[in-house]
Amino acid sequence: MTQQHRQHLETLQEIRSIMERSSRFISLSGLSGLSAGVFALAGAAVAGAYLGRWPFGQDDYYPFKLAELHRWGLEAWQFFLIDAIVVFVGALGSAVFFTTRKARLKGQKIWDPLVQRLLINLAIPLMSGFVFILGLIYHGSVGLVAPAALIFYGLALVHASKYTLNDIRYLGAAEIVLGLVATFFLGYGLLCWALGFGVLHIGYGWYMYRKYELKAPN
Amino acid sequence: MKDIIAELNKAFDHRVRLGIMSILLVNDWMEFNAFKALLEVTDGNLASHIKSLEKEEYIEVKKQFVGKKPNTTYRVTEKGRKSFEAHLDALEKLLNIRP
Repeated sequence: MTQQHRQHLETLQEIRSIMERSSRFISLSGLSGLSAGVFALAGAAVAGAYLGRWPFGQDDYYPFKLAELHRWGLEAWQFFLIDAIVVFVGALGSAVFFTTRKARLKGQKIWDPLVQRLLINLAIPLMSGFVFILGLIYHGSVGLVAPAALIFYGLALVHASKYTLNDIRYLGAAEIVLGLVATFFLGYGLLCWALGFGVLHIGYGWYMYRKYELKAPN
Repeated sequence: MKDIIAELNKAFDHRVRLGIMSILLVNDWMEFNAFKALLEVTDGNLASHIKSLEKEEYIEVKKQFVGKKPNTTYRVTEKGRKSFEAHLDALEKLLNIRP
Protein backbone atom coordinates (compact mmCIF):
# COMPACT_ATOMS: atom_id res chain seq x y z
CA MET A 1 0.00 0.00 0.00
CA THR A 2 1.50 3.31 -1.03
CA GLN A 3 1.71 6.38 1.12
CA GLN A 4 -1.06 8.02 -0.90
CA HIS A 5 -3.30 5.01 -0.51
CA ARG A 6 -2.87 4.94 3.22
CA GLN A 7 -3.63 8.63 3.43
CA HIS A 8 -6.89 8.30 1.47
CA LEU A 9 -7.92 5.32 3.55
CA GLU A 10 -7.31 7.24 6.75
CA THR A 11 -9.34 10.14 5.40
CA LEU A 12 -12.29 7.90 4.65
CA GLN A 13 -12.12 6.26 8.06
CA GLU A 14 -11.96 9.65 9.72
CA ILE A 15 -15.05 10.81 7.81
CA ARG A 16 -16.95 7.69 8.81
CA SER A 17 -15.98 8.11 12.45
CA ILE A 18 -16.99 11.79 12.52
CA MET A 19 -20.36 11.03 10.93
CA GLU A 20 -20.91 8.33 13.53
CA ARG A 21 -19.80 10.41 16.50
CA SER A 22 -21.80 13.47 15.46
CA SER A 23 -25.10 11.69 14.84
CA ARG A 24 -25.31 8.79 17.28
CA PHE A 25 -25.07 8.46 21.02
CA ILE A 26 -22.50 5.68 21.35
CA SER A 27 -21.86 5.65 25.09
CA LEU A 28 -24.76 3.32 25.76
CA SER A 29 -23.24 0.64 27.95
CA GLY A 30 -23.93 -3.08 27.57
CA LEU A 31 -23.90 -3.34 31.37
CA SER A 32 -26.99 -1.09 31.37
CA GLY A 33 -28.92 -3.76 29.49
CA LEU A 34 -27.51 -6.49 31.66
CA SER A 35 -28.48 -4.87 34.93
CA ALA A 36 -31.92 -3.87 33.64
CA GLY A 37 -32.42 -7.52 32.69
CA VAL A 38 -31.48 -8.72 36.16
CA PHE A 39 -34.01 -6.37 37.76
CA ALA A 40 -36.69 -7.46 35.29
CA LEU A 41 -36.03 -11.13 35.89
CA ALA A 42 -36.12 -10.67 39.67
CA GLY A 43 -39.36 -8.70 39.38
CA ALA A 44 -40.91 -11.40 37.21
CA ALA A 45 -39.80 -14.13 39.63
CA VAL A 46 -41.41 -12.32 42.56
CA ALA A 47 -44.56 -11.80 40.49
CA GLY A 48 -44.57 -15.51 39.63
CA ALA A 49 -44.33 -16.37 43.30
CA TYR A 50 -47.14 -13.97 44.15
CA LEU A 51 -49.35 -15.52 41.49
CA GLY A 52 -48.31 -18.98 42.70
CA ARG A 53 -47.26 -19.93 39.20
CA TRP A 54 -44.27 -21.73 37.79
CA PRO A 55 -42.78 -20.98 34.42
CA PHE A 56 -44.24 -22.98 31.52
CA GLY A 57 -47.34 -23.80 33.54
CA GLN A 58 -50.38 -23.36 31.36
CA ASP A 59 -53.37 -21.47 32.60
CA ASP A 60 -54.83 -19.11 30.05
CA TYR A 61 -57.25 -17.74 32.57
CA TYR A 62 -54.97 -16.66 35.35
CA PRO A 63 -55.11 -12.97 34.35
CA PHE A 64 -58.85 -13.08 35.01
CA LYS A 65 -58.40 -14.40 38.54
CA LEU A 66 -56.20 -11.51 39.61
CA ALA A 67 -58.98 -9.62 41.32
CA GLU A 68 -59.50 -12.49 43.78
CA LEU A 69 -55.84 -12.73 44.75
CA HIS A 70 -54.68 -11.68 48.15
CA ARG A 71 -51.27 -12.74 49.33
CA TRP A 72 -48.54 -11.42 51.63
CA GLY A 73 -51.08 -8.90 52.94
CA LEU A 74 -51.30 -7.22 49.56
CA GLU A 75 -54.10 -6.85 47.04
CA ALA A 76 -53.07 -7.75 43.50
CA TRP A 77 -53.02 -4.14 42.33
CA GLN A 78 -50.93 -3.07 45.33
CA PHE A 79 -48.45 -5.87 44.75
CA PHE A 80 -48.07 -5.17 41.03
CA LEU A 81 -47.74 -1.44 41.58
CA ILE A 82 -44.90 -1.94 44.08
CA ASP A 83 -43.24 -4.62 41.95
CA ALA A 84 -43.43 -2.43 38.82
CA ILE A 85 -42.04 0.65 40.55
CA VAL A 86 -39.11 -1.24 42.13
CA VAL A 87 -38.21 -2.92 38.83
CA PHE A 88 -38.59 0.29 36.84
CA VAL A 89 -36.54 2.45 39.22
CA GLY A 90 -33.88 -0.25 39.63
CA ALA A 91 -33.55 -0.92 35.91
CA LEU A 92 -33.53 2.74 34.90
CA GLY A 93 -31.21 3.77 37.74
CA SER A 94 -28.63 1.10 36.98
CA ALA A 95 -28.88 1.77 33.23
CA VAL A 96 -28.21 5.46 33.78
CA PHE A 97 -25.36 4.64 36.17
CA PHE A 98 -23.49 2.34 33.76
CA THR A 99 -24.01 4.56 30.74
CA THR A 100 -22.84 7.66 32.60
CA ARG A 101 -19.81 5.72 33.75
CA LYS A 102 -18.95 4.64 30.21
CA ALA A 103 -19.37 8.18 28.88
CA ARG A 104 -17.08 9.49 31.62
CA LEU A 105 -14.45 6.83 30.90
CA LYS A 106 -14.51 7.77 27.23
CA GLY A 107 -14.39 11.47 28.05
CA GLN A 108 -17.73 12.13 26.38
CA LYS A 109 -20.43 14.43 27.57
CA ILE A 110 -23.47 12.66 28.93
CA TRP A 111 -25.96 15.47 28.45
CA ASP A 112 -25.65 16.69 24.88
CA PRO A 113 -28.05 17.12 21.94
CA LEU A 114 -27.48 13.48 20.92
CA VAL A 115 -28.69 12.14 24.25
CA GLN A 116 -31.66 14.48 24.20
CA ARG A 117 -32.59 13.34 20.72
CA LEU A 118 -32.24 9.69 21.74
CA LEU A 119 -34.39 10.15 24.85
CA ILE A 120 -37.13 12.04 23.02
CA ASN A 121 -37.33 9.36 20.36
CA LEU A 122 -37.44 6.62 22.98
CA ALA A 123 -40.02 8.49 25.01
CA ILE A 124 -42.63 8.99 22.28
CA PRO A 125 -43.46 5.29 21.76
CA LEU A 126 -42.84 4.49 25.44
CA MET A 127 -45.20 7.14 26.78
CA SER A 128 -47.86 6.15 24.25
CA GLY A 129 -47.47 2.57 25.45
CA PHE A 130 -47.66 3.61 29.08
CA VAL A 131 -50.94 5.48 28.59
CA PHE A 132 -52.29 2.63 26.45
CA ILE A 133 -51.50 0.16 29.24
CA LEU A 134 -53.25 2.39 31.78
CA GLY A 135 -56.24 2.17 29.45
CA LEU A 136 -56.02 -1.64 29.37
CA ILE A 137 -55.95 -1.77 33.16
CA TYR A 138 -58.86 0.68 33.33
CA HIS A 139 -60.90 -1.66 31.14
CA GLY A 140 -59.79 -4.68 33.14
CA SER A 141 -57.84 -6.25 30.29
CA VAL A 142 -54.86 -6.98 32.51
CA GLY A 143 -53.90 -10.04 30.46
CA LEU A 144 -52.86 -7.76 27.62
CA VAL A 145 -50.56 -5.60 29.77
CA ALA A 146 -47.45 -7.77 29.31
CA PRO A 147 -47.87 -8.17 25.52
CA ALA A 148 -48.53 -4.44 25.10
CA ALA A 149 -45.46 -3.54 27.19
CA LEU A 150 -43.27 -5.79 25.02
CA ILE A 151 -44.66 -4.47 21.74
CA PHE A 152 -44.40 -0.79 22.62
CA TYR A 153 -40.92 -1.24 24.12
CA GLY A 154 -39.80 -3.07 21.00
CA LEU A 155 -41.17 -0.33 18.76
CA ALA A 156 -39.38 2.28 20.88
CA LEU A 157 -36.06 0.43 20.50
CA VAL A 158 -36.43 -0.03 16.74
CA HIS A 159 -37.28 3.64 16.41
CA ALA A 160 -34.47 4.88 18.67
CA SER A 161 -31.82 2.65 17.07
CA LYS A 162 -31.28 5.38 14.47
CA TYR A 163 -29.86 7.58 17.22
CA THR A 164 -27.60 5.15 19.06
CA LEU A 165 -25.83 1.82 18.54
CA ASN A 166 -27.64 0.15 15.68
CA ASP A 167 -27.63 -3.24 17.45
CA ILE A 168 -30.63 -2.36 19.60
CA ARG A 169 -32.74 -2.53 16.42
CA TYR A 170 -32.59 -6.33 16.56
CA LEU A 171 -33.30 -6.38 20.27
CA GLY A 172 -36.38 -4.27 19.51
CA ALA A 173 -37.51 -6.64 16.77
CA ALA A 174 -37.18 -9.60 19.13
CA GLU A 175 -39.28 -7.80 21.79
CA ILE A 176 -42.00 -7.10 19.23
CA VAL A 177 -42.15 -10.76 18.15
CA LEU A 178 -42.39 -11.90 21.80
CA GLY A 179 -45.13 -9.36 22.44
CA LEU A 180 -47.13 -10.51 19.43
CA VAL A 181 -46.81 -14.16 20.47
CA ALA A 182 -47.92 -13.27 24.01
CA THR A 183 -50.95 -11.45 22.58
CA PHE A 184 -52.37 -14.77 21.45
CA PHE A 185 -51.23 -16.87 24.42
CA LEU A 186 -52.30 -14.82 27.41
CA GLY A 187 -51.27 -17.60 29.79
CA TYR A 188 -47.67 -17.07 28.76
CA GLY A 189 -47.75 -13.31 29.36
CA LEU A 190 -45.54 -13.30 32.44
CA LEU A 191 -43.16 -15.81 30.89
CA CYS A 192 -42.82 -13.75 27.70
CA TRP A 193 -42.35 -10.62 29.80
CA ALA A 194 -39.54 -12.33 31.73
CA LEU A 195 -37.96 -13.55 28.48
CA GLY A 196 -38.23 -10.16 26.77
CA PHE A 197 -37.26 -7.78 29.56
CA GLY A 198 -35.08 -10.21 31.50
CA VAL A 199 -33.34 -12.84 29.39
CA LEU A 200 -33.07 -10.79 26.17
CA HIS A 201 -31.72 -7.77 28.06
CA ILE A 202 -29.12 -9.88 29.83
CA GLY A 203 -28.07 -11.69 26.66
CA TYR A 204 -27.95 -8.54 24.59
CA GLY A 205 -26.27 -6.49 27.29
CA TRP A 206 -23.57 -9.09 27.63
CA TYR A 207 -23.13 -9.28 23.84
CA MET A 208 -22.87 -5.48 23.56
CA TYR A 209 -20.51 -5.28 26.52
CA ARG A 210 -18.18 -7.82 24.91
CA LYS A 211 -18.43 -6.24 21.48
CA TYR A 212 -17.90 -2.60 22.44
CA GLU A 213 -16.32 -2.48 25.87
CA LEU A 214 -14.25 -5.57 26.63
CA LYS A 215 -12.55 -5.79 23.24
CA ALA A 216 -12.24 -2.08 22.61
CA PRO A 217 -12.14 -0.46 26.04
CA ASN A 218 -11.73 3.03 24.63
CA MET B 1 -5.29 7.60 -12.34
CA LYS B 2 -4.64 11.24 -13.24
CA ASP B 3 -8.29 11.77 -14.13
CA ILE B 4 -9.42 10.52 -10.77
CA ILE B 5 -7.01 12.76 -8.92
CA ALA B 6 -8.48 15.66 -10.88
CA GLU B 7 -11.89 14.67 -9.48
CA LEU B 8 -10.69 15.25 -5.94
CA ASN B 9 -11.98 18.57 -4.73
CA LYS B 10 -9.35 21.01 -3.49
CA ALA B 11 -11.90 22.67 -1.25
CA PHE B 12 -12.07 19.52 0.90
CA ASP B 13 -8.35 18.99 1.05
CA HIS B 14 -8.04 19.59 4.77
CA ARG B 15 -8.91 17.64 7.88
CA VAL B 16 -11.10 20.36 9.39
CA ARG B 17 -13.07 21.02 6.20
CA LEU B 18 -13.59 17.29 5.72
CA GLY B 19 -14.80 17.13 9.30
CA ILE B 20 -17.25 20.01 8.88
CA MET B 21 -18.74 18.47 5.74
CA SER B 22 -18.96 14.99 7.33
CA ILE B 23 -20.87 16.39 10.27
CA LEU B 24 -23.23 18.43 8.12
CA LEU B 25 -24.00 15.51 5.84
CA VAL B 26 -25.67 13.65 8.72
CA ASN B 27 -26.89 16.59 10.84
CA ASP B 28 -29.15 19.53 10.08
CA TRP B 29 -28.27 23.02 11.41
CA MET B 30 -25.24 22.53 13.64
CA GLU B 31 -23.84 25.13 16.00
CA PHE B 32 -20.34 26.55 15.89
CA ASN B 33 -19.56 25.11 19.31
CA ALA B 34 -20.65 21.63 18.28
CA PHE B 35 -18.02 21.64 15.53
CA LYS B 36 -15.44 22.86 17.98
CA ALA B 37 -16.12 19.99 20.37
CA LEU B 38 -16.25 17.30 17.70
CA LEU B 39 -13.23 18.40 15.71
CA GLU B 40 -11.10 19.76 18.56
CA VAL B 41 -9.97 22.96 16.82
CA THR B 42 -9.53 26.55 17.92
CA ASP B 43 -12.11 29.26 17.21
CA GLY B 44 -9.96 31.08 14.66
CA ASN B 45 -8.98 27.95 12.80
CA LEU B 46 -12.56 26.72 12.61
CA ALA B 47 -13.90 30.13 11.55
CA SER B 48 -11.50 30.40 8.63
CA HIS B 49 -12.38 26.93 7.33
CA ILE B 50 -16.08 27.65 7.68
CA LYS B 51 -15.63 30.89 5.78
CA SER B 52 -13.90 29.14 2.90
CA LEU B 53 -16.66 26.53 2.61
CA GLU B 54 -19.22 29.31 2.80
CA LYS B 55 -17.49 31.17 -0.04
CA GLU B 56 -17.80 28.08 -2.23
CA GLU B 57 -21.51 27.99 -1.30
CA TYR B 58 -21.11 24.49 0.11
CA ILE B 59 -22.65 25.50 3.43
CA GLU B 60 -25.17 28.13 4.45
CA VAL B 61 -25.29 30.18 7.61
CA LYS B 62 -28.18 31.20 9.81
CA LYS B 63 -27.63 33.89 12.41
CA GLN B 64 -30.24 34.48 15.07
CA PHE B 65 -30.54 35.44 18.68
CA VAL B 66 -31.41 33.02 21.44
CA GLY B 67 -32.42 35.42 24.17
CA LYS B 68 -29.65 37.96 24.03
CA LYS B 69 -26.95 35.56 22.87
CA PRO B 70 -26.13 35.39 19.17
CA ASN B 71 -26.50 31.89 17.83
CA THR B 72 -24.96 30.86 14.51
CA THR B 73 -25.87 27.59 12.88
CA TYR B 74 -24.77 25.93 9.66
CA ARG B 75 -26.29 23.61 7.12
CA VAL B 76 -24.97 21.92 3.99
CA THR B 77 -26.33 23.24 0.67
CA GLU B 78 -27.45 21.01 -2.19
CA LYS B 79 -24.30 22.02 -4.07
CA GLY B 80 -22.18 21.18 -1.06
CA ARG B 81 -23.77 17.75 -0.64
CA LYS B 82 -23.24 16.86 -4.31
CA SER B 83 -19.64 18.09 -4.34
CA PHE B 84 -18.74 16.26 -1.14
CA GLU B 85 -20.31 13.02 -2.34
CA ALA B 86 -18.37 13.32 -5.61
CA HIS B 87 -15.21 13.87 -3.58
CA LEU B 88 -15.90 10.73 -1.52
CA ASP B 89 -16.57 8.72 -4.69
CA ALA B 90 -13.23 9.86 -6.10
CA LEU B 91 -11.45 8.89 -2.88
CA GLU B 92 -13.04 5.45 -3.01
CA LYS B 93 -12.07 4.96 -6.65
CA LEU B 94 -8.50 5.84 -5.80
CA LEU B 95 -8.49 3.19 -3.09
CA ASN B 96 -9.77 0.53 -5.45
CA ILE B 97 -6.86 0.91 -7.84
CA ARG B 98 -4.09 -1.60 -7.19
CA PRO B 99 -0.97 0.31 -6.21
